[in-house]
Amino acid sequence: MIEVKNLTKRYGRFTAVDDVSFRVERGEILGFLGPNGAGKTTTMRILTGYMPATEGTARVADFDVFEQPVEAKRRTGYLPETPPLYPDMSVLEYLRFVAKIKGVPSAERRQRIQSVMERTRISDMANRLCGNLSKGYKQRVGLAQALIHNPDVLILDEPTAGLDPKQIIETRQLIKDLAGDHTIVLSTHILPEVSQTCQRVVIIAKGKVVAVDTPDNLTARLQGSETLYLQVDTNGGDVAAALAATSGVIRVAEADRKNGVVGYEVESERGRDIRRDLARTVVGSGWGLLELRPTRISLEEIFLKLTTVEADNAPAEQNETDQQMVANG
Amino acid sequence: MGNVLAIAHKELRSYFVSPIAYVIIGGFAFLYGYFFIAILSFFVRQSMQMIQMGGPPTANINEMMIRPLMQNVTVLVLFVMPMITMRTYSEEKRSGTIELLLTSPLTDVQIVLGKFLGAMALYGVMLAVTLIHVAILFFYGTPEWKPIATAYLGLLLLGGSFISLGLFISSLTKNQIVAAMITFAVFLFLWIITWIGQVSGPTVGGITSYLSIIDHGEDFWKGVIDTTHLIYYLSFISFGLFLTVRSVDSERWRG
Repeated sequence: MIEVKNLTKRYGRFTAVDDVSFRVERGEILGFLGPNGAGKTTTMRILTGYMPATEGTARVADFDVFEQPVEAKRRTGYLPETPPLYPDMSVLEYLRFVAKIKGVPSAERRQRIQSVMERTRISDMANRLCGNLSKGYKQRVGLAQALIHNPDVLILDEPTAGLDPKQIIETRQLIKDLAGDHTIVLSTHILPEVSQTCQRVVIIAKGKVVAVDTPDNLTARLQGSETLYLQVDTNGGDVAAALAATSGVIRVAEADRKNGVVGYEVESERGRDIRRDLARTVVGSGWGLLELRPTRISLEEIFLKLTTVEADNAPAEQNETDQQMVANG
Repeated sequence: MGNVLAIAHKELRSYFVSPIAYVIIGGFAFLYGYFFIAILSFFVRQSMQMIQMGGPPTANINEMMIRPLMQNVTVLVLFVMPMITMRTYSEEKRSGTIELLLTSPLTDVQIVLGKFLGAMALYGVMLAVTLIHVAILFFYGTPEWKPIATAYLGLLLLGGSFISLGLFISSLTKNQIVAAMITFAVFLFLWIITWIGQVSGPTVGGITSYLSIIDHGEDFWKGVIDTTHLIYYLSFISFGLFLTVRSVDSERWRG
């Protein structure tokens, strides 16, 4: 449904997105995980046709976002980081306007607006001005706006940022309900969020894709392992097996290969330094050890930059927010 | 076309839900009315004198009333237009709603045309309000309607030129004050560019007079539709809109 190939975006000399490729299948929820400034928003803006890429291609619903932008946009719903609301329009007027410019036929507009308002639970707010809504409601109106033309693809930039814990749970549930009918890409810098909502995760740091996996696998890899990179002159020997047999090794994967020199990624148990054992294994078997180092951007490093715990709002604060909402309503 | 109208409607609406439209229309109508009364009383006194001196019983109301009135009204338009156009793009950029427009299935041309029509519609309402003065002329006198119609056509074209250029300048910045000031400076310069011509030779004078956005209005105030001027204004408008479309497009590339 979404296919991104070798996407690169440069601002002058600064590379915001560097050779990013990934695919999202129909009905899937893909999490885009990375610290602030990793290139998540830029990638999403390219996918939605807001800005072109410097290099590479992006296809949404089988339309190239650069070659056929209008067709691609017709099938994409986008919730930017700040919901794009006109403060002087009421929620209903706003959704009417969006329905028009998103190409919802006039006969279906009323019914579509009703259904997205119910889905995002903003029906009570229909006649309130967007500018007067609380943050939580603004976010929901933003989501309603993205859903109004029933797009195949939904792109949500930090959909739960700034919400209180109750709203976060509701929003995540809503996103899960939407999957299946819609293909969803959402970005976040909160680790537990992806494990709760997404089927697959793309970890992005400094503009590069670092890992693509299911949340469970990632968590397992993160919790129990460290990764080393080895470059070995194999002379045709079965280095992978020998490495795997070394005590403390969890997984060995071939990373690259050039003229008999093979690079391996070796995951080890956490807290065990197996570099000496690995070196001994390689050298003892008569192979040439050319390089041995921790992988440059290790998953751990990235995760350290991520928020690994959810914001710990005190219950009192939540009550306060609820009361405010009642007062506003 | 539906998309263009949707944007235009949204623009026009945003003027009217804020005090902007009312303040602009009110201020414009008040000053227009003041000019009208001042010029009318001058015109009445002059025609009285002409009658006393045994001249023709009716002075030409179009030549002596409408033309000086339009010359004054163009000054008003110059002041008001930057206030109408300054927010068109700047505000969308500042609030982030430009992301909604640029990620919707719209072309840049549709967005720009919609914004242009929205601002033109507000300007149209401003001019419509002033028709009440023209109605007074018809009630008490017998002016020819055709020169008045061409004068208003001239005002529409002049305003359209201002709006198209104002849109472009607004698309360059997030800051409304910056947009307004630059727009005003450019308009005023396009107006007084003839001064350079007055002190230089006839060649330069011809060029500056051709560039001057006001000089092209003169024939319209007199009741003449000259295609030279019509083409000048229409190409000015198209060029302004073209620049706006390019500016919005280049904004995407710069990010």
